[in-house]
Amino acid sequence: MDIASQTVKARELRADVLTMLYKSQSGHPGGSLSCVEILMALYYNVANINPQDPHWEDRDRIVLSKGHAAPILYAILADLHYFPKSDLSSFRQIDSHLQGHPDMVKTLGVDVNTGSLGQGAAIAGGMANAAKYLKKDYQVFAILGDGELQEGLIWEASMAASHYKLDNLTFLLDHNGLQIDGTNEQVMSLGDIIAKYEAFGFSCFKVDGHDIQAIVEALNAPTEGKPKFICCETVKGKGVSFMENQAGWHGKAPNKEQYVQAMKELGVEVNV
Amino acid sequence: MSDAKSLRVAYGEALVELGTKNSKVVVLDADLAHATMTSMFADRYPDRFFNYGIAEQNLMSAAAGFAHSGLIPFASTFALFGAGRAYEIIRNAIAYNNTNVKIACSHSGISVGEDGGSHQSIEDIGLMRLIPNMTVLVPCDPIEMKKAIAAAATINGPVYIRVARPVVSNITTEDTQFEIGKVVTLREGTDVALISTGLMTERALHAALMLEKEGISAKVVNVHSLKPFDVTTIRQIAKSVKGIVTAEEHSVIGGLASAVSESLVGTLPQGFGFEKVAITDTFGKSGKPEDLFSYFHLTAEDIANKARSIARRK
Repeated sequence: MDIASQTVKARELRADVLTMLYKSQSGHPGGSLSCVEILMALYYNVANINPQDPHWEDRDRIVLSKGHAAPILYAILADLHYFPKSDLSSFRQIDSHLQGHPDMVKTLGVDVNTGSLGQGAAIAGGMANAAKYLKKDYQVFAILGDGELQEGLIWEASMAASHYKLDNLTFLLDHNGLQIDGTNEQVMSLGDIIAKYEAFGFSCFKVDGHDIQAIVEALNAPTEGKPKFICCETVKGKGVSFMENQAGWHGKAPNKEQYVQAMKELGVEVNV
Repeated sequence: MSDAKSLRVAYGEALVELGTKNSKVVVLDADLAHATMTSMFADRYPDRFFNYGIAEQNLMSAAAGFAHSGLIPFASTFALFGAGRAYEIIRNAIAYNNTNVKIACSHSGISVGEDGGSHQSIEDIGLMRLIPNMTVLVPCDPIEMKKAIAAAATINGPVYIRVARPVVSNITTEDTQFEIGKVVTLREGTDVALISTGLMTERALHAALMLEKEGISAKVVNVHSLKPFDVTTIRQIAKSVKGIVTAEEHSVIGGLASAVSESLVGTLPQGFGFEKVAITDTFGKSGKPEDLFSYFHLTAEDIANKARSIARRK
């Protein structure tokens, strides 16, 4: 799939996310919609994975440290045939393998359980260090939320990534600027994120987080001897006009009217 | 005795031995390698040892990452900073997805001594026992430590191993049975059962000798597996005696006394004696370890006193 045609795919995936949230009447739309292109850059363009062999030991690892964005992860895994797309309608239901936050035990294609913020990035660091020790070539990618950077564990893990020279580890930040209680600035300022990660010894990049080509280029840029940090500038709720840049859409499902309107904006007519 | 050694030294030796046999074993520490004695492994296998600095949350998270890559990581720090500070990481990053991490935490209980209450973990058994998928082992002597470490590596899932600081003599032998989930009767007796774990088992054996001189026959049961817990055998033992005394260097809440109570509730006859030797709901303090055992009423004499009160009934 060439990158130009991926904008159509991005719209379809956003529609899948909204349908999952509407059906379960719970979940996190804002932060799922903001990292669609980040996950697409990995799953459709860069990561060395094989959906026919999910546990292939030399695969690249993708860790959704901001685990509440599970809906977009599940939409992509279904699109890549890790499991049937029809499973998406069971999201968050009692008999579903699709948990509210990613669960590697239940869902094929999930590399590690996440949801408790900070842990995915730190586990990814351990995976990358293990790869070095085992002399394996695989890469480890972790997708972080910006509010998540307020967790102390993130900085413990960042210090260790640099100490162990984990140039097989990439942190991709979904920098949409919003968290549950408001903007990052209001709740707990992140300051100059790039300067902080440079000070921690990472190779740093800043890209438009909705430009798959730009994310792919940053992912492919060399970073010998250093872990990589890619600050992806994004819009929370991207693609649905009334959800964009609204902290209130962090963890709220759309009602019927909102769902129909959102789907219409994504080019899908639904009758519910 | 010539075989007396600190359980942490026994842990270090056991790690080296395991590392020699199993190339998948790696060891992680949080700037306490010379206190937890993982330094012994680091000296032997420097490329298989990873110091994560004073960052226990990351220590446990990184250990999970190593396990996800097919290795068998042993992560060590002090019990309070492992089981305590990194509790939620152990719960979510390790146990929730049944990750193959071994958590061996030293400096448990009040036997830490002079460092005081801030460093004395009296709640780690309870915290770890609460977590689904977790196995909890509390070795009583150097021989049992070696067996516990070897056994932990054979389980595909998380294991917590409590490592005490003091020097202790071997009270078990190489031939003593060690099966995860089974208690071990170290001494037969018919009046009371002294059910103990960790450093308290040596004291329970001393108590049994004291009681013998007074004509009280005390069975001594060592519990190295706090989880899974040998409910069946504990119930059988309770049926064979007038009462039991539990003994642990841990809070009376959540540890051995709780596990035994949970096993026996509803099964005991009228008048059955149930006494507990444990730290009451309070924090530790500075002092020499033996002085602290006396202060918190965790001596052989304390165990014997509780047993006497049961034996004198009727």
